[in-house]
Amino acid sequence: MSETSGMGSKGQHYEQVLEGSDTRVAQFEVRNTTLLSRVQHILHNNPTFVPVIVLVISLLAFGLIAGGRFFSAFNLSLILQQVSIIGMLAAAQSLIILTAGIDLSVAAIMVLMSVIMGNLAVNLGVPSPLAILLGFAGGMAAGAMNGLLITKVKLPPFITTLGTWSIFFALNLWLSGAQSIRSQDIDDQAPFLKFFGNAFNIGGARITFGVILMVVIFVALWYMLNKTAWGRHVYAIGDDMEAAEMSGIRTERTLVSVYMLAGLVCAIAGWASIGRVGSISPQSFYEGNLQSITAVVIGGISLFGGRGSILGALFGALIVGVFQSGLRMAGVDVLWQVFAIGWLIIIAVAIDQWIRRVSA
Amino acid sequence: MTPVVQAKGIVKRYGHVTAINHSDFELRPGEILAVIGDNGAGKSSIVKAICGATIPDEGEILIEGKPVSFSSPIEARDMGIEIVYQTLALSPALSIADNMFTGREIRKPGFLGKYLRMLDKPAMEKFAREKLTELGLMTVQSIKQPVETLSGGQRQGVAVARAAAFATKFIIMDEPTAALGVKESRKVLELIQDVKARGIPIILISHNMPHVFEVADRIHIHRLGKRLCTIDPKDYTMSDAVAFMTGAKEPPAQDAA
Repeated sequence: MSETSGMGSKGQHYEQVLEGSDTRVAQFEVRNTTLLSRVQHILHNNPTFVPVIVLVISLLAFGLIAGGRFFSAFNLSLILQQVSIIGMLAAAQSLIILTAGIDLSVAAIMVLMSVIMGNLAVNLGVPSPLAILLGFAGGMAAGAMNGLLITKVKLPPFITTLGTWSIFFALNLWLSGAQSIRSQDIDDQAPFLKFFGNAFNIGGARITFGVILMVVIFVALWYMLNKTAWGRHVYAIGDDMEAAEMSGIRTERTLVSVYMLAGLVCAIAGWASIGRVGSISPQSFYEGNLQSITAVVIGGISLFGGRGSILGALFGALIVGVFQSGLRMAGVDVLWQVFAIGWLIIIAVAIDQWIRRVSA
Repeated sequence: MTPVVQAKGIVKRYGHVTAINHSDFELRPGEILAVIGDNGAGKSSIVKAICGATIPDEGEILIEGKPVSFSSPIEARDMGIEIVYQTLALSPALSIADNMFTGREIRKPGFLGKYLRMLDKPAMEKFAREKLTELGLMTVQSIKQPVETLSGGQRQGVAVARAAAFATKFIIMDEPTAALGVKESRKVLELIQDVKARGIPIILISHNMPHVFEVADRIHIHRLGKRLCTIDPKDYTMSDAVAFMTGAKEPPAQDAA
């Protein structure tokens, strides 16, 4: 049997002229002619540049407006403390949003798990480490519930987590009897629950263990997302679910693992929140779900999935913290702080859309 | 010679619709077998049954003489059967190297890989670069480049290179030239010949008669859910093939090819 059908290996008749054409088929031409499109390309390849630039500019701007007090080590470390819990929730939220999902239940999981830890350790006398581990298991179970509803029942993440948000919040009110656990009782019965409220001082800065924990969580998740196959799969799923499935990724299993890991991070944040707040209140962090999404979006992670770095969410949380602190120091009314955050979100998403258009 | 794939009496029904109606299929070692058929004839159904994407209701599939029953394309892939989907199944935001290794990444040796599950990116990038070069594919500036920055032909090249790099049994290509321009199609047809020259048989699903007649060693014509006949492109013209495919002409006796 001959190689081809007798038409010759040079191809079809009408293609003969191709021989004379440019043979450099597969070169990567540089077509960024204007400065703006070059900037667009750089930002496209480095999605954390925008939040870093915004963070630096806002730090400088508020330093000028509010003066030296703003730049004091104490104030900067206070900002870190203030963003630590929302930062951890934003880390969990980033995982979900990278898969092109959304999790409205992160703060509800966190508060529910802190209530469970508190009830077990303070009211029922369970040893604190065991109570904390049970809380972690609960966080993973809550995440697994979200993940299974999304993959097996095929519900959209928005609807699933809107539902579980209410369910977890109601469970939390039921378990706590809508009562807070007082700080003093925690100190007497289970001081270990407040572990992440401990702090040390360096040159006027007060660094809580909770702040360290937040940084550790971000670094660990960054490693998982960028240096392991699992992380590459998370990006592939968010990028194009069908393609990921066809190229051999077990997408459902990976998605469930993402929601479980996010649930675990929320439970860890629940433990840390006891140290940060002092007491355990079922009504706390009611806006945490949306604040975590705000941090993620300002951090340049695309709501459409598959794009952005989890470190962006850390910078996003810090930007929100810097704005709140700076505007407060400048004597601006709280309502204008909220106003400014609103604009930040809109501008962040607009920039994301512009950057995404680079490949179109 | 044992056929690479032999399917006998495959049936697949969806409710009242019979997508595959007692169809046979045969792929021989080292050949390019084109599968043609009108829209709805079930040519992709029969190919899907071979690679585990659909599970047939009846019939037998032998791979290199051994009966198999795949429950997913991942199982077929583990056996060395690769598929180049029409949609390519690449993740646009990930790099060329990441895409080539999706689902079968290489981990670093020792502690880093075993316990920290760290990817061996340099090894993956080296391998990806070698495979692309082997196929004479491209002078890639950076193997870390996201796939979305490549042209259509280059993306097709990455998908073909991925299949060629990991296939040990055979490769299925679904309409590989459908979305491409003249020049890029030519490049992909050359790639198909290159892959064949390395001894890996190919199942080529295509609507493009000139392309089919150029590269195929045999042509499987599918009509009304089953194999109508298999022809040698040297013995027939394109209009014959179209006539068989559409029922305008009676097929030749089965032993023609």
